[in-house]
Amino acid sequence: MSGAEAGLALSVFLACAVEAVEALTIVLAVGTTRSWFAAISGVAAAALALAVVVAALGPALTSLPIGVLRVAVGGLLLIFGLQWLRKAILRAAGLKALHDELGAFTEEAAAARAAGRAPGDFDGYSFAIAFKGVLLEGLEVAFIVLTFGANQHDVGLAALAAAVAIAVVIAAGVAMRAPLARVPENTMKLAVGVMLCSFGMFWGAEGAGASWPGGDAALLAIVPATLALSLAMAASLRRDRSPAPDSAAQATGGA
Amino acid sequence: MNKLRPVVHAVWEFVVGDDWRTAIGVALAIVVTALLASTGAPAWWVLPVAVTGLLAASLRHAAKTQAARGRESPPD
Repeated sequence: MSGAEAGLALSVFLACAVEAVEALTIVLAVGTTRSWFAAISGVAAAALALAVVVAALGPALTSLPIGVLRVAVGGLLLIFGLQWLRKAILRAAGLKALHDELGAFTEEAAAARAAGRAPGDFDGYSFAIAFKGVLLEGLEVAFIVLTFGANQHDVGLAALAAAVAIAVVIAAGVAMRAPLARVPENTMKLAVGVMLCSFGMFWGAEGAGASWPGGDAALLAIVPATLALSLAMAASLRRDRSPAPDSAAQATGGA
Repeated sequence: MNKLRPVVHAVWEFVVGDDWRTAIGVALAIVVTALLASTGAPAWWVLPVAVTGLLAASLRHAAKTQAARGRESPPD
């Protein structure tokens, strides 16, 4: 496996795992409070819809000339990756609330209990909530699978990494029978943001006609440099946010 | 046309998100890279420099907005 393929598999695995944790919370909430059958049917329908999106768009993307593909996909990955990175840095700096799986589970379960039940055996509410949750969380993963996979001409590897991540999260959810509240979601989101931005810069510049010093090996410098930059920005925002010792002392009435 | 609007809005929200300046900046940086590369000059450095500037500007904007609101943004 080449470095780029390992990067592809790792990025898709992390992105998929983190989105699967959020989807699992929603499915657990409606499954435990209303109907497991309808919730799992919703998951299956959403998974099928996502598979159709990847299967339909994958070959279309891989048929584009490599230069066009790299500049378009590089640009999109960069824009998309900067969103992930920005939010992860804001969370790390305490400027944005961390995702609280237990809180989300409690809210979703309360809404599920409060929702009325239509006549009939099949629980349409559980189906709709599970379908929507999995589809919305899965769309970001489908986007990453398609863009990374098409660029490496290996949509199969990207889809496999996504499937492994989903299997790991489902196994953990079944073992714990509870939302996966202790998964370091923000660290994983930061890692995905770093990978998306790094590959986006690399492919975007190559697609626009630039050559990286060292070719593919440049990624070995781009990824750690992007991570270091992100951590430095998070540390700087945290520092700016905490009050200086003097002003803190004044604020608390101290000397 | 009215039916297309929500679709375009959803795609825009999905890809670009809440900071359109970053998207414009990335597009401009790619154009500058292509122009520079077409002259034969090294152009690989444009995107890393642009990303550093865009990310810093976007974070500063978000921090200011948050400070003006006086509380942390909700999770999403």
